[in-house]
Amino acid sequence: MTVIEDLAPPPKVAVERRAASRREGWLRRLPLLPALIYTIVVTQIPFVVTLWYSFQSYFWDQPGGAHFTGLSNYREVFTNPTFRGSLVRSVVMTATAVIVAMILGVALAVLLDRKFFGRGVVRTLIITPFLVMPAAAALVWASPMLDPNFGLLNYLLAPFGVGHVAWLSTHALGSVIVVMIWQWTPFMTLIVLAGLQSQPAETLEAAKVDGAGAFATFRELTLPYLRPYIELGILLGSIYLVNVFDAVRLMTNGGPGTSTTNLPFFLYQEVNNAFDVGGAAAAGVVIVFLTIIVATFALRLFARVFQFEEAR
Amino acid sequence: MTATTARRRSRGLRQWSGQAGWTVLAWAVAIVFFIPVLWMVLTAFKPESAAETWPPKFIFTPTLSEFRLAVTGMGPFLTHSIIATVGSTILVLLLAVPAAYALSVRPVKHWRDGLFFFISTKMLPIVAAIGPLYVIALHAHLLDSIVLMIILYTAMNLPLAIWMIRSFMLEVPGELLEAARLDGAGRIREMGSVILPMISPGLVSTALICVIFAWNELFLAINLTVTNAATLPMFLISSVPQEGLFIAHLCAAATIASIPVVIVGWIAQRSLVRGLSMGAIK
Repeated sequence: MTVIEDLAPPPKVAVERRAASRREGWLRRLPLLPALIYTIVVTQIPFVVTLWYSFQSYFWDQPGGAHFTGLSNYREVFTNPTFRGSLVRSVVMTATAVIVAMILGVALAVLLDRKFFGRGVVRTLIITPFLVMPAAAALVWASPMLDPNFGLLNYLLAPFGVGHVAWLSTHALGSVIVVMIWQWTPFMTLIVLAGLQSQPAETLEAAKVDGAGAFATFRELTLPYLRPYIELGILLGSIYLVNVFDAVRLMTNGGPGTSTTNLPFFLYQEVNNAFDVGGAAAAGVVIVFLTIIVATFALRLFARVFQFEEAR
Repeated sequence: MTATTARRRSRGLRQWSGQAGWTVLAWAVAIVFFIPVLWMVLTAFKPESAAETWPPKFIFTPTLSEFRLAVTGMGPFLTHSIIATVGSTILVLLLAVPAAYALSVRPVKHWRDGLFFFISTKMLPIVAAIGPLYVIALHAHLLDSIVLMIILYTAMNLPLAIWMIRSFMLEVPGELLEAARLDGAGRIREMGSVILPMISPGLVSTALICVIFAWNELFLAINLTVTNAATLPMFLISSVPQEGLFIAHLCAAATIASIPVVIVGWIAQRSLVRGLSMGAIK
């Protein structure tokens, strides 16, 4: 009897429930699918193809198409001093620009957090460098601002004993970094300012009542409070700044020599001047691997900073 | 009595002078940051002969001739930029709204992984795949086409938009959704009559952020377009000739190319922070 009972079909309700929950699962997945498939196709396939080409010799200015060359592209990448140089330069440029922009951003945010005459206008003026088209900014810095013969900067610095300095020849890397900082300080300012303005006023009042000085309050209370905002700014700033291309291409064209060549510009040259798809792909794969290492840490940071609000 | 008033007055004075100090400092910093922009706009109004002088000229007869010149050459580039920007922004919203819904309101099981997948694509440097991207575009006959630019700009902005829209959707009160469900509203009606009306300001600011990034993009454009889909940043590059005077012309072109996004950004200041932080900061 019991055996027969066991062989009996499971109660209808359970089947329906399971089917319903599967149906519900798909109904939930359905709206996500277009974006997911789109992103996988457009952003992941190029990387798979990159992996493929990194093992091929392929110059698109030469007939014959691609053929397998094993690891030779990688050997070239690792022995290419320009690649190593641009890797180091990318790190230096990104780190310097992000750190200085963040320090300035904190200072400006503190300034903007006070009430003063024309605060709205000041804020508007300060965020403008971030909004100007980067290509436009780079070109305007390159000539009207930094030209040795008629540039505005030399004129403004003349009272300090600066002559006709050819900034882009003598201080190329510094000039590019300054422009990066100029463009990204507003970004940091806005993020830190949002943090400052969300700080509960009572804690600051309490500190004041306890007789804490302004600087001590800032160091002991405000700065720790701002920490997630600062981390977020550094993280997002790095994501964008490591890809800086416009300023390099349009201010110095990577030079003089290779003194301002960063990774994006290096790859641009590989593809556009050397026509070396295989070499560029191998370099790309190396860059992606390095990025994945950094991004793993970055994603963990992201999870902490965002302190995920639970979905419903 | 007199001592207290004197003390009070001196404190008031100190406060006032402190206030004035902050004001002056803030304005000075703002002007330093704004000078390059100001110089660009000012130079754009100069005749070419007044743009490359030493010392630089601050007083001159303004002329619109360089603007006129810039506008005449700009036509196709401007059209391409507008189509690529608007097209990609619309596509981003169409894809991001349902995706954000599936990651917040009625979440899929692994919504966290989904969110991280999208953000991780922002960390992969697209520059690394530029060569193969060129080859793919070549074989797909998409090289130098606006369609390609729309496809790529959509992929570039989609993660940002999903994160941002999701943060707006999480702010829709649960009771409202509950009430709609009790009224028998399905997913479509829940979206159409409750969620979308409530997050529409959020959608506008998401769109603005997408517009800013697409409008200003150069790397993909310079690598994958020549003439048929060349955007405004490419026009700027073409306005720098190998020889001859070009500074005023360049500044006029740069001003025109920058103005739309600068104005959009000025108007959207409040939502800028939220967009740039991908919804992390309210």
